Amino acid sequence: MLEVRNVSKSFGGFRAVDRVNLDVKKGEVVAVIGPNGAGKTTLFNMITGVLKPNEGQVTFKGEDITGLPSHKMCKKGIARSFQIVNIFPRLTVFENVQIAVFVEQGRDLTFFSPSRKLAVDNTYAILDSVGLTEKAKSVCGSLSHGDRKVLEIAIVLGGRPELLILDEPTAGMSPEETGRCISLIQRLSTERGLTILFCEHDMELVFAIAQRIMVMVQGSTIIQSDCATVRCNKKVQDAYLGED
Amino acid sequence: MRTLNQKSIISVIVIAAIFAVAPFGLPRFYVYLIALIVTTGLLSTSLNFVLGFGGIYQFHHAVFYGAGAYAAAVMIMKLEYNPWIAFVVGPLVAAFLSLIIGLICIRLSKLYFGMLQISLGSLVWVIVYRWYSFTGGDDGIHGISVPAILESPNAAYYFTLIVAALSLFIMYRILNAPFGSILQGIRDNVVRSQAVGVNVRRHQLIAIVIAGFFAGIAGVLFVVVDNSVFPDMMFWTLSLEITIMALLGGWYTFLGPMLGAAIIVLLRTFVSTVTDYWALVLGIVLVFVILFLPEGVLGKVFEIWHERRVGKTGEVERAREANYA
Repeated sequence: MLEVRNVSKSFGGFRAVDRVNLDVKKGEVVAVIGPNGAGKTTLFNMITGVLKPNEGQVTFKGEDITGLPSHKMCKKGIARSFQIVNIFPRLTVFENVQIAVFVEQGRDLTFFSPSRKLAVDNTYAILDSVGLTEKAKSVCGSLSHGDRKVLEIAIVLGGRPELLILDEPTAGMSPEETGRCISLIQRLSTERGLTILFCEHDMELVFAIAQRIMVMVQGSTIIQSDCATVRCNKKVQDAYLGED
Repeated sequence: MRTLNQKSIISVIVIAAIFAVAPFGLPRFYVYLIALIVTTGLLSTSLNFVLGFGGIYQFHHAVFYGAGAYAAAVMIMKLEYNPWIAFVVGPLVAAFLSLIIGLICIRLSKLYFGMLQISLGSLVWVIVYRWYSFTGGDDGIHGISVPAILESPNAAYYFTLIVAALSLFIMYRILNAPFGSILQGIRDNVVRSQAVGVNVRRHQLIAIVIAGFFAGIAGVLFVVVDNSVFPDMMFWTLSLEITIMALLGGWYTFLGPMLGAAIIVLLRTFVSTVTDYWALVLGIVLVFVILFLPEGVLGKVFEIWHERRVGKTGEVERAREANYA
């Protein structure tokens, strides 16, 4: 579904991502792991159009999407959450998700029908599926960190993506919230059949939900394979997992 | 926009009734003053359409006000068009000008947008100020003939009231429609908006043109009320003043700018009779707003009202902190 071929990105003289390759097949859950500064977020930024790669190619469903701006990426069916929470702080939880649904329905330029009567069912369906219905009316600046992260996933779902990209979905969450988030991601994969690409530092989470893992170190791909192979790989152990 | 409900709709109706009977009890000067407040309030509301609800730093909004007024005035007095046609074309000229300036500025964000807009707006002001034969230069244009039906002060007053109310209603509807929801989303978070698929620049540009159009309507209303135009209408100090009105009244509320306009115009009218240092008073008001009312008067009123009803002070506080973080 998603193919990344020899993609590179430099900032000044620093090569953040160096000829990386990545394949994600339809319905798969793929994790990208690597130490801090390995270039995971930069890679995601290039896939979702926040950054333009210096070289290489990104194809999605057979179509070349290299360097498209991010609002077009979203229309193609790629949606993402950010490492640092990115929501609409002054709006309610409901409105946060509703905006994404409006855009997905092509209502950007609806000028006179009142928002409160539109896309209500779709929005509540999404809030139900992530468990935020009770907080629908709260201003989301008042949510806990864990809820905000979940809200961001809900916003992303509003765009009805085929490929979901999650940048450290559980960063900063309490163990309890992390558990909830893991089961949410698993349900999205099994129930909705979403293809998920995520990066994460929490190894427990990675091995719990990923079917395949790609390991990045200093901007390059070391290996992309199933969990067991990655776990046994010597290079990975040296570079990342430690020797124990 | 969870600020207007049934209670506030009733108060709007009451206020409208008071406005409607005002000319029967008040001296002529006060009728003029109310018309001026409504006109300036409409201008400030149109600014707030992009500032408070769009997060766009439209620092020289008065240019579109002046453009609408001058377009109408020049059409009537120099080109001898029917005033009604001029009244319709005025706002369209303002909208077109805001499209041009918007197209140039939209590539920049936040403060840089505002700075470039001030320079381009000042350019328009200089043209109007210097082109003596066409715009009347420093003197402006006076004694503009309006349609016979609008010649009496009361007729001008009611016309202003009705057009302003209609304009406010349309802006309110737009802000509460998906277009407005998405606009507020962009204000809150540009990156997130792009990531859900919003074409942010296009959306902002449309909002700027709408705001320019309604500023142009305010300009035409000024022509109806005052029968004159002058270059100060598009000088940057007026832009600053209407920005202060929006901040003072409450820039996250829809009616805040109107309230701010009422406070500032009344203050200016009465303070000016006492002292020459009107600008000093304005400065003190601004400092007061920044220090004690960051959400404006109406924002504060809604906050207190909300706290009473919900009784969760903490939640509102935390929500606010999150916004400024």
